[in-house]
Amino acid sequence: MIDVSKLDPNFKYEIMKEPGGEHVTRCFACGTCTATCPVREMNDEYNPRKIIRMAILGMRQEVLTSDFIWLCASCYTCEERCPQDVRIPGLMNAIKNIAVRQGHIHPSFRAQLEVLFAHGRLYEITEFDNKKRAKWGLPEIRENVEGIRKLFRKTGMEKLVKDEGGAE
Amino acid sequence: MKYALFLGCTVPVRALNYELAARKVGEKLGLEFLDIPEFSCCGFPVKSVDRMTFMLMAAENLSLAEEANLDICTLCSACSSVLTEVDKQVKENRALRNRINEDLSVTNRKYHGKIHVKHFVRILHEDVGLAKIKEMVKRPLSEFNFTAHYGCHYLKPSEVYGKFDEPENPRTLDELIRVTGAQSIPYEDKNECCGGGVLGVEEATALKIAALKLDHIKASGADALVLICPFCNIMYEGNQKKIEKQSETEFNLPVLYYPQVLGLALGIPPDELGFRMNRVKPREILSRFG
Repeated sequence: MIDVSKLDPNFKYEIMKEPGGEHVTRCFACGTCTATCPVREMNDEYNPRKIIRMAILGMRQEVLTSDFIWLCASCYTCEERCPQDVRIPGLMNAIKNIAVRQGHIHPSFRAQLEVLFAHGRLYEITEFDNKKRAKWGLPEIRENVEGIRKLFRKTGMEKLVKDEGGAE
Repeated sequence: MKYALFLGCTVPVRALNYELAARKVGEKLGLEFLDIPEFSCCGFPVKSVDRMTFMLMAAENLSLAEEANLDICTLCSACSSVLTEVDKQVKENRALRNRINEDLSVTNRKYHGKIHVKHFVRILHEDVGLAKIKEMVKRPLSEFNFTAHYGCHYLKPSEVYGKFDEPENPRTLDELIRVTGAQSIPYEDKNECCGGGVLGVEEATALKIAALKLDHIKASGADALVLICPFCNIMYEGNQKKIEKQSETEFNLPVLYYPQVLGLALGIPPDELGFRMNRVKPREILSRFG
């Protein structure tokens, strides 16, 4: 049951201001995205058409605090087929970016940020790795953390790595 | 033809066979690569979290190649997609370019949008060309049936890539397989995603997505799956044992990187193409190469 008094009619405008979310209101709910989604085929939790309806209706809290917004595989199958050019992977990213600013970041993404902040890459480069590379005649790989740390500081991402990022 | 070789995070640690084969094949075909030690993560994992940070990470890498005055060659399709996307935005949107460069100044870097980004396989198809590759084939692979897995980010979003191949009916990798003399055989759901994008969020779902494709490929009777992205490889080869357990099906399907296949056709000894690092051993295929 949807409680109309709890809906936020401005949520869709908030999304439209976010890069990637511009086309959200173009959706006419045909369901092409959901029908062609490889994640949906295996997991009922993820339903892009439903997420877009919830967003347009203004179910701000439900959408931003949900786990399902993190299930988009970013495969772009829906983007290529959407007759209304809603550009769903970008839209999902826009929604996730808003959710993160409200303090709702999925733990696996926080973990990735921590690794990036510590090593400048998604995988740590150990001495063992470089020895193995040398054995195959491949050049040494470095971790360049300074650049990424400076960028994380500039955009405020450092805070997400360092603390628990207080919820809304 | 010289490029800055962008390895990304996964290839130099988990796909040495891919890197090795790509370098060997590149050398044979007259491609020269520059390694830029300052390259770091392309930014892809941060896209869902903060778009600006993601663009800055991509722009920093792009600026390093620009400084060397070289186009970028990627091996990972996700790196290819995000670097291409940010490059396109910087080229088309002056206000955004200025904003990115303003923030990027904390690293003393600037990206002007003067280079291009291409996946290694696209370079083989467009810049080296099928005709030249055909001339160079020394050991035609005519006894093999392969299945091509394009993955998502080699082709899509097609708007970003300028539709260099048809996302719903791609042909570049099939043509590159056929030019080695091998057959590229059709199979159900060929364009489907590997599931890698949700591996970190919902492993069971990701493995089910990959299992479906392994099923279809097995049904096609192919000798091996041929792919061009280290993350697709993690799904189909790295996780094949786990998928076999989860779905109670034995696949034992060799998964090869395209440069390994091309390398065999060019007459490069299998030892130099990193086959020893393949987890599902392609014994039957290699047994034909003495």
